[in-house]
Amino acid sequence: MIPSSSGRIVVVGASLAGLRAAERLRKEGFGGELIVMGSEEHLPYDRPPLSKELLKGERERDDIALRGGQELDADWLLGETATGLDLSARVVRTASGRALSFDGLVIATGSTPRRLPIFDHELPGIFELRTVEHSLALREQLGRTPHLLVVGCGFIGVEVASTARALGAEVTVVSLDPPLAIAGELISGVCAGMLADHGVNLHIGRTISEVLGDNRFEGVVLDDGTRIEADLALVAVGAAPVTGWLEGSGLELGNGVVCDASCAAIGVEGVVAAGDVARWPNPLFDSAPMRIEHWTNAVEQGSAAALTLLQGSGPETVFAPVPSFWSDHFGTRLQSVGLPALAGETKVVDGSLEERRFAAECRRDGKLVGAITYGMPRALLKYRIALSRGEPSAPEASLAS
Amino acid sequence: MRITVDRDLCDLHGQCVLTAPEIFSFDDDGELQYLPEVDDELGARAEAAASVCPTGAIEIRP
Repeated sequence: MIPSSSGRIVVVGASLAGLRAAERLRKEGFGGELIVMGSEEHLPYDRPPLSKELLKGERERDDIALRGGQELDADWLLGETATGLDLSARVVRTASGRALSFDGLVIATGSTPRRLPIFDHELPGIFELRTVEHSLALREQLGRTPHLLVVGCGFIGVEVASTARALGAEVTVVSLDPPLAIAGELISGVCAGMLADHGVNLHIGRTISEVLGDNRFEGVVLDDGTRIEADLALVAVGAAPVTGWLEGSGLELGNGVVCDASCAAIGVEGVVAAGDVARWPNPLFDSAPMRIEHWTNAVEQGSAAALTLLQGSGPETVFAPVPSFWSDHFGTRLQSVGLPALAGETKVVDGSLEERRFAAECRRDGKLVGAITYGMPRALLKYRIALSRGEPSAPEASLAS
Repeated sequence: MRITVDRDLCDLHGQCVLTAPEIFSFDDDGELQYLPEVDDELGARAEAAASVCPTGAIEIRP
């Protein structure tokens, strides 16, 4: 545990999870030195608009600052990247040669877009989307109403496809997995229909066997021989936790920083993790430790991990959230609670698929594991309550009525 | 503690309703309703709800 009035806590990662962790530390009365360090030059900003309002030009860089960043009583180290962690000296090493000693450490380095070896990201016309700079660079290109090839069909792929269509670009999506696969087959089907209705060319179940263009991106050839000529490519095939700087530190790593149920790194004192980079066992679900990249999780886990840092792991600090996410595309909002990806069965219980306005229950072996709505946010509440009470382990009748 | 919701910012995500149903709810017309003043015990729930508001529309004051 960390003394509440002295010592130094270093938060590595100056985005949503790191900010909310730092805020919670102060709120809980931590009066020592607080350093928040991030590799980007900016105070924390909100990332969901990067594929939507910012990309579309409806909001600007200054509009997406996260609330609380300015007010936080902390020393900011921005534009500084952590390169190593020495647990015996209790020091974080940085790219510019600093050695920051700490009494407590919050790891909130987030995730970075996965890349596909076939794409050379040095080639002009190939984009990825994680930062405000990425979004603004893509936005500038979209202004020329190009043909955009989107590789991958997760949240970012679908949202960028939606935004680009709204801006008048021609859009082609190539993906091995169906759209929004994380939300289950039913949603994939609805979303595929939505993409097609909005004039997006879909190539699902396909991979890319060749990238065309020597001096700039000109298109791709798919594994079935289809040749697609395009001006730009956005590679959006998921994200990997940023743990490279922790290699060799002694921390247990495996698809993220492996934590206990209170988000404390396993086997070390005074180190917690939160957000995209943390992998922890959620006692609400009987599955393996999970890593959740959703916005809401970064908020809640940042806050929870901060409390653990001050109070230690134990029953009082167990982090047992009901995961939730949303996605806005083609004028409709998809919302989810629980873990629909675990479900064997997803059934529409309200509204209709045809109208694309519905609520669906997600069950595994008859047990409620999640719920999804398209355009019906109010319907989610009863599922959220049921899931937080632990109903996942109690088979029951539909909650729809 | 006093709660205010900026209706211009509110985008009806309903994260506050999911987080603190004791304070926030949707009425039959789908409009957000909330208790404008809560005690300290509920205040913590209100702050949790404010922190998960995707548009930062909820303000909590002592």
